[in-house]
Amino acid sequence: MSPEFLYTLEVILNGLMAGVMYSLVALGFVLIFKASGIFNYAQGVMALFAAMTLVGIQNGQVPFSHLINAVFGTHIHGFGWTLPAFVAILLTLLVMILFAYLVERFVLKHLVNQDPIILFMATIGLAYFMEGFGDLMWGSEIKVLDVGVPQGASFWLEDFTAGWAAEGSEYYGMYIDKLDLVATVVAIALVVSLTLFSQYTKTGRALRAVADDHQAALSVGISLRKIWVIVWAIAGFVAMVAGIMWGAKSGVQFSLSLIALKALPVLILGGFTSIPGAIVGGLIIGVGEKLFEYSIGPMIGGATENWFAYVLALVFLVFRPQGLFGEKIIERV
Amino acid sequence: MFYRQAGDFKKSYREDIQTFALRQDRRAYYVLMAIAFLVVPFFINDYWASAVLLPFLILSIAALGLNILTGYCGQVSLGTGGFMAVGAYACYKIMTSFPDLNIMIVVLLAGLVTALVGLVFGIPSLRIKGFYLAVATLAAQFFLVWLFNKVPWFYNYSASGQINAPARSMFGFNITGAEAHAPARYLFCLALVVLLAWAARNLTRGRMGRSWMAIRDMDIAAEIIGVDPLKTKLSAFAISSFYIGVAGALFFSVYLGAVEVGEVFGINQSFLVLFMIIIGGLGSIMGSFIGAAFLILVPVLLKNVMVNGFGWPTDIAAHIEFILIGGLIMLFLIVEPHGLAQLWRIAKEKLLLWPFPH
Repeated sequence: MSPEFLYTLEVILNGLMAGVMYSLVALGFVLIFKASGIFNYAQGVMALFAAMTLVGIQNGQVPFSHLINAVFGTHIHGFGWTLPAFVAILLTLLVMILFAYLVERFVLKHLVNQDPIILFMATIGLAYFMEGFGDLMWGSEIKVLDVGVPQGASFWLEDFTAGWAAEGSEYYGMYIDKLDLVATVVAIALVVSLTLFSQYTKTGRALRAVADDHQAALSVGISLRKIWVIVWAIAGFVAMVAGIMWGAKSGVQFSLSLIALKALPVLILGGFTSIPGAIVGGLIIGVGEKLFEYSIGPMIGGATENWFAYVLALVFLVFRPQGLFGEKIIERV
Repeated sequence: MFYRQAGDFKKSYREDIQTFALRQDRRAYYVLMAIAFLVVPFFINDYWASAVLLPFLILSIAALGLNILTGYCGQVSLGTGGFMAVGAYACYKIMTSFPDLNIMIVVLLAGLVTALVGLVFGIPSLRIKGFYLAVATLAAQFFLVWLFNKVPWFYNYSASGQINAPARSMFGFNITGAEAHAPARYLFCLALVVLLAWAARNLTRGRMGRSWMAIRDMDIAAEIIGVDPLKTKLSAFAISSFYIGVAGALFFSVYLGAVEVGEVFGINQSFLVLFMIIIGGLGSIMGSFIGAAFLILVPVLLKNVMVNGFGWPTDIAAHIEFILIGGLIMLFLIVEPHGLAQLWRIAKEKLLLWPFPH
């Protein structure tokens, strides 16, 4: 095979891997949107917050230490322990569940029956709040997240693919980050378990009922408020997974919350209400933007990844306003 | 008791439809105008101009523009920052290409250029609605910022990639450039704000505004009773973009003087303006101003209290500011989803009956 072809293949593969990362964020959006009709802009910040909490707990940071030091003039920084990754992840999960409960208790409960746009704005407010809160709690510096996820190039794959090129050509095999491979496996596991959960458990059935029709679900005795807490907790869990993956990849920092914006076109492509759609949409966006950057990017100055996904979504929407797998939009007067 | 409509008789249709129906409101408005035009310019200094008044005035124009599109016509846009960038760069290109042109004309022309760009990005709105449209407008936001970063023609091939406003004056006072005169900058913006707010008020209660609101409330029904969605949506996009473009031009030339597009007109700017109209009130001219004032003043106030008052480090103050703004947004949405303007309206209605509500 010619190196040209192999390079393109490599770009496509890397695009797929990047797409998986987008899908991870998009998944959380879809979950909440399906169950409560809320477009949760705070999903990205939730990922950031979960990652920060994880790092903070693991390294034994004292929460709000900056604030405490500033107010009382003390110099406390850490408890002086390092927890195993597993324990830290569990504790973070607890924090996210608590968070889900608080959001329902203090925000969503009061906004039942409002327009979707109002709820959307409320989640933007929530995103701001959490961003400030997370920074205040754990400090805003860039943190290193290390929970034992393998990283670096996969040499096995590199050696394996190097043999594919034609004799004498300068091709050294494909570069694929191990982390991306792990992320792919995790994403697949996540989707499978979520699907199983929603198809075969009682709670899952209740979730689907609420997604289908709020009032009908209420009338058969499903507690909306409980379901919302559960959904937000699950979304918090997905956010944590996304936060771990992205955090391991690029460090835990503010830009992590911006992946929420990148997940929007993914949702548009996949449709807001479809879990497989979130995955397929993510893959299309990932491959599309990498291929575009590789083939056309150099001609027009590069950095096209900033906008390609949105323009793709825009063009796509003009032809299919409900997304790939979304429910058909029916409008009545 | 003190605030009442008794004795304020309307003798003609014109009087009946005027913006400030109550005599006391009218007087308050004239007093406010008199203070803004005749008193403030004599006391304004550079700090007040740069920290509070200029951003307030300029972002009110942007909020007015976005309110026309989102509040009156119901088309959610997250591309405000991008359109402001168009205004800024159009202003820069016109300023440097025609050095003799009056700055007022330059700013208005920049608005027109932005209106044309807005028209182009408004076309998808005919098929895309709601959230989908919001995401589609993100395309405008990111694409435009990228474009201004990558094409050197827009920043006249300057080495830094920044654009710098050359000095321009009106009536002998410098309005842009390094030695701009604070009262002149203020009055220049204020004049535009008053003009544009007056235009917006009359547009939104005229035929055009009514068709915008019909589309907002239910577009299919509006179409059936004969409102042309193409004309209505595109006119909303064009006019809204005109306002936002003027705001962008002012933000660059009068307020900042030098702009790096990704920083100033990024997605955060879009969100800021969106928050202004949410907090102020969607579909309200007054709300645009209240929202802008709120989101400009509160951070300044908080910063002053926490950094200068308590002596806390600036990063902690910034975090707390985020928490408070986010919390306030949620609080307002819970307490009054229609924004501060609605609270103001309710307060006035209560005051009319006070102290003897029936």
